[in-house]
Amino acid sequence: MEIIAIILGGVLINNFVFMQYLGLCPFVGVSRQLETALGMSGAVIFVMTMASAVTSVLEIYVLAPLGLGYLRTIAYILVIASFVQLVEIFMKKAAPGLYKALGIYLPLITTNCAVLGVTMLNVRHSYGIFLSTLNGLAGALGWSLAIIIFAGIRERWRLMDIPKTLEGFPLALVSTGLMSLAFLGFQNLFKAVFR
Amino acid sequence: MIEAILTLGISGLAFGVLLGVAARKFRVEQDPRISKIIEVLPGANCGGCGFPGCSGLAAAIVGGQAPVNACTVGGNAVAEKVAEIMGVQALAVAAKVAVVYCQGSLDVAEKKAEYVGIEDCRALDQLGGVKGCPYGCLGLGSCVKACKFGAMYMSPQGIPVVIREKCTGCGACVKACPRKIIELVPADKQVHILCRSYDKGPQVRKYCKLGCIACQACVRACPLKAISTDRGTLARIDYSLCDNCEICVSKCPVKTIVSYKVREEKAVS
Repeated sequence: MEIIAIILGGVLINNFVFMQYLGLCPFVGVSRQLETALGMSGAVIFVMTMASAVTSVLEIYVLAPLGLGYLRTIAYILVIASFVQLVEIFMKKAAPGLYKALGIYLPLITTNCAVLGVTMLNVRHSYGIFLSTLNGLAGALGWSLAIIIFAGIRERWRLMDIPKTLEGFPLALVSTGLMSLAFLGFQNLFKAVFR
Repeated sequence: MIEAILTLGISGLAFGVLLGVAARKFRVEQDPRISKIIEVLPGANCGGCGFPGCSGLAAAIVGGQAPVNACTVGGNAVAEKVAEIMGVQALAVAAKVAVVYCQGSLDVAEKKAEYVGIEDCRALDQLGGVKGCPYGCLGLGSCVKACKFGAMYMSPQGIPVVIREKCTGCGACVKACPRKIIELVPADKQVHILCRSYDKGPQVRKYCKLGCIACQACVRACPLKAISTDRGTLARIDYSLCDNCEICVSKCPVKTIVSYKVREEKAVS
């Protein structure tokens, strides 16, 4: 039951972009093309899942027993930054084109608040290692879902006649708001299904 | 305390080793000339060459999209080193220096308004400026802020001054100026007509004591025919013809024409 709740919650009900407004910077930054959005999604899914797993291990076996809760932020950022670096090194080798297209947004996953957010939420809900990892994966899938839908929308902008004042970021943020309204519809999904 | 240090230290070390191994395993073979050229370039990342920073230019040079002398900041010395790395002969870079084409300081130009707002010329330009002249310097120093080499300062009268010895000709100030009154000029050209006002003479006289009134005195005086009037209202020097003879400097009735040669000699004596 809890597993289903976490997955549904992460992907739809508490979607990071549309319901919690986290990780908006790369969301707006690299959603111009479906291809780069997919690449970014892959990177975020890897980083968020791995970061959730490793930080929960760190929390449960090191930070909590030693009473080092105050080190949480810096220790988590260390973990996240390392994974981002790993993705960067790997991507430079495996997909140089994508590496170039993502540009500064790739190292900026480090400061993507959704990544730190999910690890902090894991602590707040006191999830175990498995549930934390699952929560990270679900959150990342939700973020990816958002950016992929959004990239599809933005690709169609090119065919449209957009007023000059709305071009670029303004329209991106307005569209994000409208999609967020649509995602509000999922709010009672869980209650409705499992009554 | 000790636990905190150990925790962060050990986890940092562990991730460091992990990344080190990954970096070794997924190493990308890069043209070794790129890193060599990056070492030779000035490293100011000023973007004066039109590429994103020095590493961008290095990649472009190796990729053949940029000439070896593309770095104006480094000048001939850098161009030669880059050419050596690339194994080609370098063409000399014509050293350029920024010139501010306005002398409308506060004691010279009419002031028509007070400005209280963002200290940025682009913002002030939207409002039309505080001086009578619609072409001249706005005086908030966006160009000085843009200079990465400390080669500009604001004079007490509110006009930017280029320190010609320090100027590298990167063009950052040229881009920063919303009124386009800064230009890059070959460093050996020392006589300049410091005005960009296209208004007619009587109008210019009303708002600026040092503005060009297009009286044609310099046009007639120039033995090399290097000066002509642009749109009939502003004298301009064709630098390819000018030989710094300074005849026009003495002929100009409003002292719009300035020779940096004279100033430098005066400073020495």
